[in-house]
Amino acid sequence: MSDLRRDFPAFDQASAGGIPTAYLDSAATSQRPRQVLDAEREYLEHHLAPVHRGASAAVGLSTTLFEEARATVARFVGAGEREIVWTENATDAINMVALGIADASAGLGGASARSLALEPGDEIVITEAEHHANLIPWQRLAAKTGARLRAVRVDEHGLWSADDLAAELSDRTRIVAVAEVSNVTGYLAPVADVVSLAHARGALVVLDACQSVPHRPTDFGAMGVDFAAFSGHKMLGPNGIGVLYGREELLDVLPPARTGGSTITRVTLETADFLPSPHRFEAGTQPVSQAVALAEAVRYLEAIGMDEVARHESQLAARIVEGVAQLPGVRVIGPGVGVERAGLVAVSVDGVHAHDVGQYLDEAGLVVRVGHHCAQPLHRALGITASTRASAHVYTTDDEVDRFVEALGGVREFFGVSDAPAAAVIA
Amino acid sequence: MSGLEGLYQQIILDQAKARHGDGPLDGADAEHHEFNPTCGDELTMRIRLDDAHARIAELAWQGDGCSISMASASTLAELATGRDVGEVRELIDGFRAMLRSQGQGEPDEELLGDAIAFHGVSKYVMRVKCAMLGWVALEACLTEAAATPVE
Repeated sequence: MSDLRRDFPAFDQASAGGIPTAYLDSAATSQRPRQVLDAEREYLEHHLAPVHRGASAAVGLSTTLFEEARATVARFVGAGEREIVWTENATDAINMVALGIADASAGLGGASARSLALEPGDEIVITEAEHHANLIPWQRLAAKTGARLRAVRVDEHGLWSADDLAAELSDRTRIVAVAEVSNVTGYLAPVADVVSLAHARGALVVLDACQSVPHRPTDFGAMGVDFAAFSGHKMLGPNGIGVLYGREELLDVLPPARTGGSTITRVTLETADFLPSPHRFEAGTQPVSQAVALAEAVRYLEAIGMDEVARHESQLAARIVEGVAQLPGVRVIGPGVGVERAGLVAVSVDGVHAHDVGQYLDEAGLVVRVGHHCAQPLHRALGITASTRASAHVYTTDDEVDRFVEALGGVREFFGVSDAPAAAVIA
Repeated sequence: MSGLEGLYQQIILDQAKARHGDGPLDGADAEHHEFNPTCGDELTMRIRLDDAHARIAELAWQGDGCSISMASASTLAELATGRDVGEVRELIDGFRAMLRSQGQGEPDEELLGDAIAFHGVSKYVMRVKCAMLGWVALEACLTEAAATPVE
């Protein structure tokens, strides 16, 4: 995969003080290849026009490009075109589901939306490992509807199992919302089990697919999830665009969280009727150039092959996990040596705060993420306030992850804690 | 001096371990909790003033955070305990000005004492809040105490 680094302009000049910068923060935001940047510029220079309004040929072409982008993304994730809604980002997509269900619970959307309504005593199940984006919208929905939010607890490695989930489900469970890949532990959720357990209780499955769609083959239709969310900027695409996937029959009745132009059939001074999905959700001017560029990112990934992307990144993750296992006082959060995981690895360094670790790694030319990664409950469960995460994408090299492991090996000595007994910290 | 050693001077690493002033304080005249949501660092500052509310008789803090935040709270405890309230306010203002300097100028050692070791932090804009954590908490304590009538 090393040749493809030439496609990424960011790597041409990336160096800090003469040390080449290793970009290991792709789980936060990925770099973009020239093809994606060019596609967006090409659209903006030659085809920029409104979509779905007016009658000119320019509008027709712009609309065609916009909808072709939707079809490309739909094919990529095993969805129908009407099952792909453009959003601002994945957070926005999850909020659209939660807000829509809140509206349905308040009686909006009429009889057809009633099947989505929650009642006091209904239950929403999440896990303790969720990103705040897949937690807070459900807290709010519970508060609005009188539903109860239940959390699957994690073990000392931040992991949970299908059995743990089953124990939290009941006949009152209406929604199960989990991440397919944890943005901290890199754990691959047992999605097939989640879907069958949830559906057996009559609950909907909402999948946070932010860390999975950019890195592994995805077929939402085959998985049987009801809703899913992911972001463009984590999959070599632009900021400002994300995707809500939903099964067609659900999206057609989910009340739109945002309303306005382009979403309607007939409007009077008192009422509005909404279009079917996806347009019922796409109020106002849409991120057209971003959609076009996202489709190009999808083609770029497809040209590599998602099986190959997943293989490449899991090899890199194994390299980090095996390397860190040799370092006294450094602990991998999540699956350990020999266990399949996604291409992101967070570590905790005994006796050194994650921000100090991050500063040390920054000096070594390594761009990593430090902090709670928008997962405070998970870190609290692990007894730490923050961790240090390296994450890979198609362009990440063996050399870069080796530099991460090597630099980690120097952290404790620099901060004067290398004399601590290793046995006390590898719990 | 490399960037990293300029930031983490030995005195800072030592102060982070020493944690002067770390502990509870009964009968505090003022208490303030500071939280940095971006990194999760937190610190509770407590002070007891003398009878005339003119001097910080006792200062104690409890917290969890990076070495910069812990070292700066420790340094502050050494500098502010027993000092006149007005002097401490000047000290805090001077420390804040130094941290906003982006590495420019020479810090005022007469005013800041050992706290000049944090001059290097001012070049790291993401870490300025870390260094200010305890100092902002003390400032809030002083404001709270000033609003409380002397008994």
